[in-house]
Amino acid sequence: MNRYPLWKYVLIAVALVIGIVYTLPNFFPEVPAVQVSTSKSNIKIDTSTLQSVETALKAANIAYRGEMVDATGVKVRFADPDTQLKAKDTIQAALNPDPNNPNYIVALNLLSSSPTWLAKIGALPMYLGLDLRGGVHFLLQVDMQAALEKSADRYLTDIRSLLREKKVLYSGIAREGQTVAIRFRDPAERVRANEEITNAFPDLQLRDVEGGSETRLVASLKPEAQKRIQEGAVQQNITILRNRVNELGVAEPIVQQQGADRVVVQLPGVQDTARAKDILGRTATLEIRMVDEDPTAQQQALAGQVPLGDDLLTDRNGAPVLVKRQVVLTGDRINDAQPGFDQRTNEPAVHVNLDGSGARIFKEITRDNVGKRMAILLVEKGKSEVITAPVIREEIGGGKVQISGRMSTREANDISLLMRAGALAAPMEIVEERTVGPSLGKENIDKGFDSVLYGFIVLAVFICAYYQLMGVISTISLAVNLLLLIAILSMLQATLTLPGIAAVALTLGMAIDANVLINERIREELRWGDTPHAAIQAGYERAWNTILDSNVTTLIAGLALLIFGTGPVRGFAVVHCLGIMTSMFSAVFVSRGMVAIVYGGRKKLEKISIGQVWKPAT
Amino acid sequence: MEFFRLKRVIPFMKHALVFNVISLVTFVLAVIFLATRGLNLGVDFRGGTLIEIAYSQPADLGHVRAVIDKMNLGEFAVQSFGSSNSALVRLPLKEGLSTAQLSDRVMTALKADDPGVTQQRVEFVGPQVGKELYENGALALLLVCIGIVAYLALRFEWRFAVSAIVANLHDVVIILGCFALFQWEFSLPVLAAVLAVLGYSVNESVVIADRIRENFRKMRKATVPEIINSAITSTLSRTIITHGCTLMMVLSILFFGGETLHYFAAALAIGICFGIYSSALVMASLVMWLGVSREDLVKPERTGAGSAEKILP
Repeated sequence: MNRYPLWKYVLIAVALVIGIVYTLPNFFPEVPAVQVSTSKSNIKIDTSTLQSVETALKAANIAYRGEMVDATGVKVRFADPDTQLKAKDTIQAALNPDPNNPNYIVALNLLSSSPTWLAKIGALPMYLGLDLRGGVHFLLQVDMQAALEKSADRYLTDIRSLLREKKVLYSGIAREGQTVAIRFRDPAERVRANEEITNAFPDLQLRDVEGGSETRLVASLKPEAQKRIQEGAVQQNITILRNRVNELGVAEPIVQQQGADRVVVQLPGVQDTARAKDILGRTATLEIRMVDEDPTAQQQALAGQVPLGDDLLTDRNGAPVLVKRQVVLTGDRINDAQPGFDQRTNEPAVHVNLDGSGARIFKEITRDNVGKRMAILLVEKGKSEVITAPVIREEIGGGKVQISGRMSTREANDISLLMRAGALAAPMEIVEERTVGPSLGKENIDKGFDSVLYGFIVLAVFICAYYQLMGVISTISLAVNLLLLIAILSMLQATLTLPGIAAVALTLGMAIDANVLINERIREELRWGDTPHAAIQAGYERAWNTILDSNVTTLIAGLALLIFGTGPVRGFAVVHCLGIMTSMFSAVFVSRGMVAIVYGGRKKLEKISIGQVWKPAT
Repeated sequence: MEFFRLKRVIPFMKHALVFNVISLVTFVLAVIFLATRGLNLGVDFRGGTLIEIAYSQPADLGHVRAVIDKMNLGEFAVQSFGSSNSALVRLPLKEGLSTAQLSDRVMTALKADDPGVTQQRVEFVGPQVGKELYENGALALLLVCIGIVAYLALRFEWRFAVSAIVANLHDVVIILGCFALFQWEFSLPVLAAVLAVLGYSVNESVVIADRIRENFRKMRKATVPEIINSAITSTLSRTIITHGCTLMMVLSILFFGGETLHYFAAALAIGICFGIYSSALVMASLVMWLGVSREDLVKPERTGAGSAEKILP
């Protein structure tokens, strides 16, 4: 009676072993560590990086406790935060000889002190959410309208040079919102223009508009091109944000797209939120425009009368520069920018690599303007600043541009960084922020842990008293449930949040339902005079249907939360759903197995220890 | 130890009308509170900024108010939070002001006033995001309802599905009514709690529905109210013990989980208490009134397969 097949025991044993192994890392405390990673694709993190880190630490006489290399970088553990800080400075100095152009990101981190073999089989502690470990969460919204306007600006320049090249006569061209409107006096020219533009720019759709004395041609982006540009804008902004986040030296930053036009940035452990916001929120874009060299115009501008079509700006030293309003090139035509040296004069310089269309425009502009100055502008929050205004020495083709002219190595570095990373495809705005201080995070963990612990103790005492031995079995299976839940959370590296811990407590409270159902059913069967073996059999069998039904409805609620929830709610939902699964396994499988071990062997079972079974007097 | 020694079937259904009147009155009261006082929506749904600050000494709320008042930021609120050393500052959304910078400005002002203040937590939600969270919450509620009705209709019968969802939505409205009455803050975790309660209370209805179906098979001569009474009576012990156990855990969260989980646990506790009542009594009587019958639940070919007939004495 009540034997349990061997394979079920094996299954339970395997689940328990896996559960214990994967839960294990959570018991080891976190120790201070330094993490070395890189943002550059040409640098590889491998054992040689580790060796140079070790050499540097040994040279500085800093003791460390264990080191490892994995996909995210080199990690070295230290005994206390003071050593950690010292080590960070030492490693920084050793790996990045040039602080202005760092090859490596050296960041402080906390690592589990669990043995290396656990980490090797992928057994890591649970991944704590920002509300538990402290840090910053930002949700940034990309301004898609602005992205489209910028692309219209670019087409404006392209169409203008195309029409000139093909000698199409037009009387004016301007951007109107997200469209480009071209005016013609002669309708025949408009037909030609239509043809040329259609051939040259397949992404544009054209519309004839009649109005007054002029005929107009309005070019707008096709919907699919709009979509592509918007996707591209988000992608470019994500790349830029990654570069900026790397500047902050955060150990495990998350920068990823959410929905069509949003970007999530999570910086665990960052304390200085003001600086983080400042660096992330920089909305710099680059523009290249021509300097207005006309002496009278310059004099007028200095006298306070800026000529139409010009802007009076200042450069970094505060000297005024008069630039034309027409934008020659924008930062998104830049593929790459690197600091370097002028080969002829050996002066510091910035080598800029333009994309195809940018190269073509640049060639035309430089051919027409040898000896004149062009200004490179940084546009930040609507304010423009001239970074540099070099003289064009010769026609530059091929898209390889060198910017030089009385700049220091540091300036060359800064400018190249800004050109690489400074140009957002579209402005962004922080639409959600959640910041949690580290002490609050610690407090949250403690409180969450307490509520699970105390709740579990009270529950266990009650159930053991009420159902006696069967209650003990229920309690053990509930503990197995907790073990498996933590193991799965660790295995999946699902984010554990404070509501997630609450969900652990709640799941345990709900999981006991299955055991109560079974025990009550067994009591009831006994009450009707069934033999103990039959009662156990019937109790588990009958209760199973009910348990399944009730868990499915709970799961429906959990899944809805998972689909629609974000942030803390999602953390709750993940644990809730997983907890329902593990509770079905432990309440039915595991407790049944235990009952079979305890009672299954006895041929003649007189009594089950399930507390008092009261029988109504008949 | 056994708490429930029920000598006979309790005639719950005889008092079905009373239970439903009680439910209806509570429900109407909840709706009135919701309509007149409204939910005190948190930053998550309404948008705005929330800053939790901590001092090394007990926080002087009046003073904090005075400092922020000088900054002219609109209608703000300062309240104590958790311990006496902590305070919560709420700032509304303000047109034209870069909200991301708002918390920094407030902290700078407070730091200038007392360097001992530390920023524990900042939550800022923009108007668009707040609206979306609100809509997603409503959608989640709708999805849960549809999912549960569909599942119960498939597994049992439409009368059970409708009764269960009515009974449990009435719990949800009562939880919301409590939040409106006491003007507790309705935040994202509270919404999660409400939905979890919805899924959980339906459990209860499922257990009873299961019993009703089983009884229809076993007790062939009994009338519908008798069958329902028997089902409720025989599951009563389980109902109270299960809910008691869950409630223990929830109370543990309420007492030890800290301020952040306080309302989350409160919503769960209210939901569980009302869940016992409504899923057993309201749901069962609705099923009865909707006219459930043996033929609806017991397929003819399976009636013979039921185990020996047992009727509660």
